[in-house]
Amino acid sequence: MNSRGIMKAMIAVYLGIFFTYLFGPLLVMGVTAFNTPTYPQAFPFQTFTTHWFADLLGDRDMMEGLWNSIIIGLGVICLAVPVGLAAAIVMTQVYWRARSLYYLVVVSPVLTPGVILGISTVIFWKDFTEATGTKQIEILGMDFGLYSGIFLSIIGQSTFICAYCMLVFLSRLQRFDRAQEEAALDLGASFPQVFWHILLPFLRPAIFSSAILAFLSSFENYNTTTFAILANKTLVTVLAGRVRQGTTPALSALAVIIVGISLIGAIAYEVLRRREDRIAAQRAKVAREAERDGMAAVPQAA
Amino acid sequence: MSADVELDSVTIRFGDFVAVKSATLKISNGEFFSFLGPSGCGKTTILRTVSGFLDPSEGTVRIGGQDMRGIGPNKRPTALIFQNLALFPLMTVADNITYGLRVRGVPHAERVKRADELLSLIALPDQGKKMVNELSGGQKQRVAIARALAVEPQVLLLDEPLSALDLKLRQHMRNELRAIQKRVGITFIYITHDQGEALTMSDRIAVMNAGVIEQVGDGKTIYDQPATAFVASFVGENNPFAGRVFAVDDGFAVVDTGKGRLRGRNRRGLKVGDEAILFVRPESFKLTAGGEDSTVAAPVLNVAFEGNMSHIFLKGPTKKEITLTIGRDAAGHIPAQGETARVGFDPQAATVLPAGKLASD
Amino acid sequence: MLKTIIILLPFVLIAVFWAMAARERRLANDPSRKSFFERNGAVISTYLLVAVGFWAIMMIVLPQLYMVDYSFHPKLPPSERGGPKDVYTLANYKFFLFGPQIGNEVTWNTTHIRAFFLTIGASMFVTFVNFCLCYPLAFYLAQVATAQRLRLLMMALIVPFWVNEILRAFALRIMLGTSGLINNALIALGVIGEPIDFLGLDIGLYVGLSYAYLLMMIFPLYNAIESLDKNQIEAARDLGAPWWHIHLFVVMPFAKPGIASGCTMVFMLSAGALAAPLFLGGPNSLWFTPIVYDRFFQAFNWPQGAAYAFILLLACIFFVLAVMKVFKVGLGEITR
Repeated sequence: MNSRGIMKAMIAVYLGIFFTYLFGPLLVMGVTAFNTPTYPQAFPFQTFTTHWFADLLGDRDMMEGLWNSIIIGLGVICLAVPVGLAAAIVMTQVYWRARSLYYLVVVSPVLTPGVILGISTVIFWKDFTEATGTKQIEILGMDFGLYSGIFLSIIGQSTFICAYCMLVFLSRLQRFDRAQEEAALDLGASFPQVFWHILLPFLRPAIFSSAILAFLSSFENYNTTTFAILANKTLVTVLAGRVRQGTTPALSALAVIIVGISLIGAIAYEVLRRREDRIAAQRAKVAREAERDGMAAVPQAA
Repeated sequence: MSADVELDSVTIRFGDFVAVKSATLKISNGEFFSFLGPSGCGKTTILRTVSGFLDPSEGTVRIGGQDMRGIGPNKRPTALIFQNLALFPLMTVADNITYGLRVRGVPHAERVKRADELLSLIALPDQGKKMVNELSGGQKQRVAIARALAVEPQVLLLDEPLSALDLKLRQHMRNELRAIQKRVGITFIYITHDQGEALTMSDRIAVMNAGVIEQVGDGKTIYDQPATAFVASFVGENNPFAGRVFAVDDGFAVVDTGKGRLRGRNRRGLKVGDEAILFVRPESFKLTAGGEDSTVAAPVLNVAFEGNMSHIFLKGPTKKEITLTIGRDAAGHIPAQGETARVGFDPQAATVLPAGKLASD
Repeated sequence: MLKTIIILLPFVLIAVFWAMAARERRLANDPSRKSFFERNGAVISTYLLVAVGFWAIMMIVLPQLYMVDYSFHPKLPPSERGGPKDVYTLANYKFFLFGPQIGNEVTWNTTHIRAFFLTIGASMFVTFVNFCLCYPLAFYLAQVATAQRLRLLMMALIVPFWVNEILRAFALRIMLGTSGLINNALIALGVIGEPIDFLGLDIGLYVGLSYAYLLMMIFPLYNAIESLDKNQIEAARDLGAPWWHIHLFVVMPFAKPGIASGCTMVFMLSAGALAAPLFLGGPNSLWFTPIVYDRFFQAFNWPQGAAYAFILLLACIFFVLAVMKVFKVGLGEITR
């Protein structure tokens, strides 16, 4: 049918344009990472080089920023995953009249511009640490005071990342069979034991995915971090500074690295997923066979 | 070690709704006791109260003589087998079975030993390393039982455990459960809506309806001597003939029903003028007419031949049909559809009970 | 004084709700309803309360309230905070409207006011463009694509967004610069003689903004459209409705929550965008959020920065409420 054919062609064109729009700048940037000119250029291509990648490693600020980003990311995981889990559990138990208000409060950070989260975090904690005297805490000659870029970034980012984690846990919790908790209690387990033995293992996939989500969201965050990091720096803020100053292909090199890592991550994820599917299918097969042999092989109990 | 379970005027309310009304009974040590009734009658509620997930609104629950009020499910000497089994999907079969021991701090080596013992008890040796979702329905059942037995409870509570199984497996599991109970010797409290299960497995049965325990007794008593109209109509098939008591004599009563004046045993001490129902079981009818007060005449609606017996359906005084079950070798000729049949019964086998709600209402 | 009220407010609210719940539980006379501590045991309950309490109170509510309060104070050196000069004032907000008062003239702070409205307007425009771009793709993914293709396309969508937004802005800058790829291509094709200053004309900025948040629009749309029963579309087509009619009156009304969700997120991200305006904006570009940034790091006037931040927040809240009203969706449907 002609109109069907036209439809298909239009869809193909649209997809083509869309993904060109999406990938175009990145491809261009990728090319410039390997091109010699100091101003990033894809066209004309001069000579292939990888020295921009080496430049990256030598950039001290960037390395320091990278280190801080990793620390902050780990800190966010440690804070956001437990809090997200707690928030999800509380959501299922909160007094029904308070539920909408609770939901509004915990979801609001997602709907708030990142800059505002950063600003409010800094302002509040500055006065708070002054009032409680925790601004500077000397331990073994190192300052563990709470008014630090690292700490505030962790707090500021976690404000909305906790919400992300909570949503991940909520959707996993919905599929949880409560009867298992009762069975465990009935067998004599205490509440912490039920939590540790039954609930957490069930939530393990959610714990992993929310941890990864937390780390990635934290690592690439700019709007909130730029306020909360105070005098310190993260990879992203260093990057921002560099981009403001001028453009060099070293930054393109960085983008290539990041995309490379993401692609590896995506492939690894896909491989893991396929493996899980295969195991589940295998188990189902064994169960079906057991049903079939069930009646034939009912032996006398010992 | 086993214990007896006592319910003393236990009433359980949810807001305004009364789920269980003043239940009082004593289940002896080592008994296989069933609660039988339709859905919503309160049997699950009683089970959850005995296991500790609910506290009664009034009354006391005692296990082994000890008042259980305020004692949580993890501290009671009971173990519950859930209707959907609630096995732990992320643990192996052996880990499932020994979970109760694990939370009590039993060391690993001993847990392994116990797991092997229990696995052979339920006839699943060497299946310990499998995951739960690799088992068939019947196997999962047995794992659930082993898991409960591992903690050596004094009372085992079973919540309709066989309802999800298919017919053949259910028949087999009935014998298994009974055998296991006899071997282990602890008190079993079993709830079901299937009277076949209750009758074949239990030492005693409590028939419940709408929160009230209508009768407690062993299977034979409940079947032959039902105490209320509900029990008479719920357990087994029964034909009700409603009316008013016309005469009373010597342990019998004559009821003026829509099918004439019929005679049956009067165990409830009914008096002339009381509203009553006379019950005759389908298998108590004979194809030959009986005495004047033990014969029913009615047109035949249908005859169903079922191999070793035939079912004959007669037009009853109400919408409900009168059902007869006649054995293959019974005397008399099987009437044809449309004929008016005259069938008789022995008044000794008929029961007169006070009028009340029937199971089918 | 107000500060103490602000700090106590969340705790009071929690106490009130707790008491209400306890009372209701007592009156219900229902043995299956347990209190929070009974349900979870002491240890777990404490963990839950501390975790959620810290987050909700110390990280969400108090900082926001505190920031709002802060914006009503004048800028003072630390020694004078809390002292007699520390009064409540609208000075910071007045600055937004009227700018620095020079002499006796009343002038409007046209730069900032214009920037604000420009930002709001442009964000709405960007949201709209974003929606138009994403809707067809979301529909295609949700209803038309096969499972294989779906996974592939999803992957293809997600990968670019793992690249940091700053790098993406950077990439666009390379492409759209005066000696960048697009200009070179256009000159080579003979379409134009002189390179177009995309960046100076703010076109770079708008492209960058529409580009940045595509994913935020696609996923809610996809989720919403995916749950639409294909049969409804078939039925409509069967009844003779033209395709644009189907989209307008069958698909979009159904996908309302998804549309609302996507639009809210994109608007909020655009209005609050910092990276794109800073790196893609031309020299004359006026975007509100960089102005907020400047209040802090150029003018070092934190209370003023707080005031501006609050104005931005109000705009976002207003937009969210408006969207919820117009689309008739609840808050629960807007979040992923």
